[in-house]
Amino acid sequence: MKKTGAQILCESLIEEGVEIIFGFPGGALLPLYDTLLLYPQLRHILVRHEQGAAHAADGYARVKHKAGVCLATSGPGATNLVTGIANAYLDSSPMVAITGQVARPFIGKDAFQEIDITGITLPVTKHNYVITRVEEIARVVKEAFYIAQTGRPGPVLIDLPRDVQEEKTEFVYSGKVDLRGYKTVFRGHPAQVKKAGKLINAAARPLIIAGQGVVISQAYGELEELAEKTQTAVVTTLLGIGSFPENHALNFGMLGMHGMAYANMAVQNADLIIAIGMRFDDRATADTKGFAPQARIIHIDIDPAEIDKNVSVDVPIVGDVRQVLQSLNKEVNEMEHKEWLGQIIQWRQEHPVTDTREGDELLPQYVIRQIYEVTGGEAIIVTGVGQHQMWSAQHFFYDRPDSFISSGGLGTMGFELPAAIGAKAGRPDRTVWCIAGDGGFQMTMQELATVVQDKLDIKIAVINNGSLGMVRQWQKLFYKRRYSGTQLWNPDFVKIAEAYGIPGIRVERKDEVISAIQEAMYYPGAFLLEFVVEPEEDVYPMVPPGLTLSKVMELPEAAQSKIGG
Amino acid sequence: MSEKKHTLVTLVENKPGVLNRVASLFRRRAFNIESIAVGQSEQPALSRMTIVVTGDFAQVEQVRKQLDKLIDVVKVSDITEEEMVARELALVKVKSNISNRSEIIQIADIFRANIVDVASDSLTIEVTGEEDKVDSLIELLRDFGIKELSRTGRIALTRGGRGSAK
Repeated sequence: MKKTGAQILCESLIEEGVEIIFGFPGGALLPLYDTLLLYPQLRHILVRHEQGAAHAADGYARVKHKAGVCLATSGPGATNLVTGIANAYLDSSPMVAITGQVARPFIGKDAFQEIDITGITLPVTKHNYVITRVEEIARVVKEAFYIAQTGRPGPVLIDLPRDVQEEKTEFVYSGKVDLRGYKTVFRGHPAQVKKAGKLINAAARPLIIAGQGVVISQAYGELEELAEKTQTAVVTTLLGIGSFPENHALNFGMLGMHGMAYANMAVQNADLIIAIGMRFDDRATADTKGFAPQARIIHIDIDPAEIDKNVSVDVPIVGDVRQVLQSLNKEVNEMEHKEWLGQIIQWRQEHPVTDTREGDELLPQYVIRQIYEVTGGEAIIVTGVGQHQMWSAQHFFYDRPDSFISSGGLGTMGFELPAAIGAKAGRPDRTVWCIAGDGGFQMTMQELATVVQDKLDIKIAVINNGSLGMVRQWQKLFYKRRYSGTQLWNPDFVKIAEAYGIPGIRVERKDEVISAIQEAMYYPGAFLLEFVVEPEEDVYPMVPPGLTLSKVMELPEAAQSKIGG
Repeated sequence: MSEKKHTLVTLVENKPGVLNRVASLFRRRAFNIESIAVGQSEQPALSRMTIVVTGDFAQVEQVRKQLDKLIDVVKVSDITEEEMVARELALVKVKSNISNRSEIIQIADIFRANIVDVASDSLTIEVTGEEDKVDSLIELLRDFGIKELSRTGRIALTRGGRGSAK
């Protein structure tokens, strides 16, 4: 029996195991939306802006370890997806984005809501397609999911003209893809693995830097085995958080610009860096010329283009992190590095950044720590970008995989709420906290309507310091406190929530924090907490831009004296 | 790092948009493509592209790896350091008249170039060879006045039995 293009698309998505589509309709998608009613097993979550659909698909993908799907109409619908697609591209998140396109006879005529979305997304997708015949749909969907989810994951876009959605053909779904230009190496080269093993066995001061590749490859057990067998300290990148339990004795926190001082000291003093599934991003390495000056470097990554891109390495191993670690673990000896570990522990005692200051003021770090305490560390934390993101990375301890969802590479403010929607839709069994800044929250807070319409039990904490805090911090430190464009007039966030039917509490005093978080947790549904925090609080430690990881600025002295246990 | 000319040979799917995908990677890294030549290869549905760019090894190697990641790129090799046969074709329309026509034809003969069109006030010469040969001929013809010039850019294959881009 012949089926329409729209039916074939829906059935292909079902073949790929898709359960949820985050989307927003429009003229070029009318045939598809009409057809969606025939497939109730495809849950459609209606967002309020297409950027939200892309971020939600991204958040979903990160907790489910499979491609998230977003759907938008032609023209502005498609261009609104672009930020979310770029975010997924920079953070290697698997995604299939489907856009409606004007009917084929109108393509290239500057028709109403026509835009060249494949041209626009060329540099921010792993691959993209324009479908020109109904017979291509099944093959293209199969390829799109295969490309999005294998190797180094990423977004793939499919542009589907309106008239193709209505054309008919036989539906045959092939189990195979034939892409001669796409090959992924999974097993590391045995000789390279041996070389790496020798370096590890000979190292006196080894250090593992674990990145998101460990998370993507779900190599938690393999990483733990390597660290424990060789007694090697582990630091993580921002997106590597959760790849190794933060309460593990060998975990020494996050490195980088706002990493722990002792983590950075460990990098700068190590004689061997084992970089696993990370890409030497400038926020992690600071000035690459002075990065890990005493160390030889082993770099394990699935993407050959990451080798020697930012930092030149001694032993590259291209392959899937999990498979490489499985073979590497056989090459390494059981070791102890008591003196070296003792040194890092001493640095940690001397530079206790994870402590929050004591005082009466309401500090954002304290808020994050209490969310950790009240949730027992079990929550999925989804953040936007800026100060609240760094505090969430520093002051919550992530022991479980997939617990920290954040926009790393692109640094997209407004990611938090829609990504939390995706995370909660994907993992309804887990507590999801959306931690937002007052700036970024206002970029996508229209998605509160999505939260309510789809009955998503998301707890929202708006860390309100009345400014675009991270930019303000840079203006304070590097532009003589000339605050330009960073002071915010804000709405009443509790009333905003109330307008959407979401209960909320404004917290202005430290002694109200715990009970407010508890109330949010007890409430059976979405809840918003607005924390009015110290307006001039900054993120420390910090490596100023252009300097090496050795140049860590810690808390200013005045504040330092107030450090408590 | 020293900059030099690199010759990249790629086999790509013969599909719409592929040239755009390839060129876009060079644009993003601010490479000036000196020449790019595309045509059919020995394999159906695959085209061979020869791209000449100037850059240091690390920069070019980074672009090569990024090219290799494109789904439509089946294979890409930097054959700069390999033994290769490289050729370029140029068409040169030179001003000429009765008095200098035979002189121009003599020069063309030395370069084994062909006269492909003759008019009362011009000659069109077709020359094939490595770039420096084509350059030399063009240099000599400049004295007569070049009305129009079109060069294909380099195409290249590695020497011997082993394919560079298979």
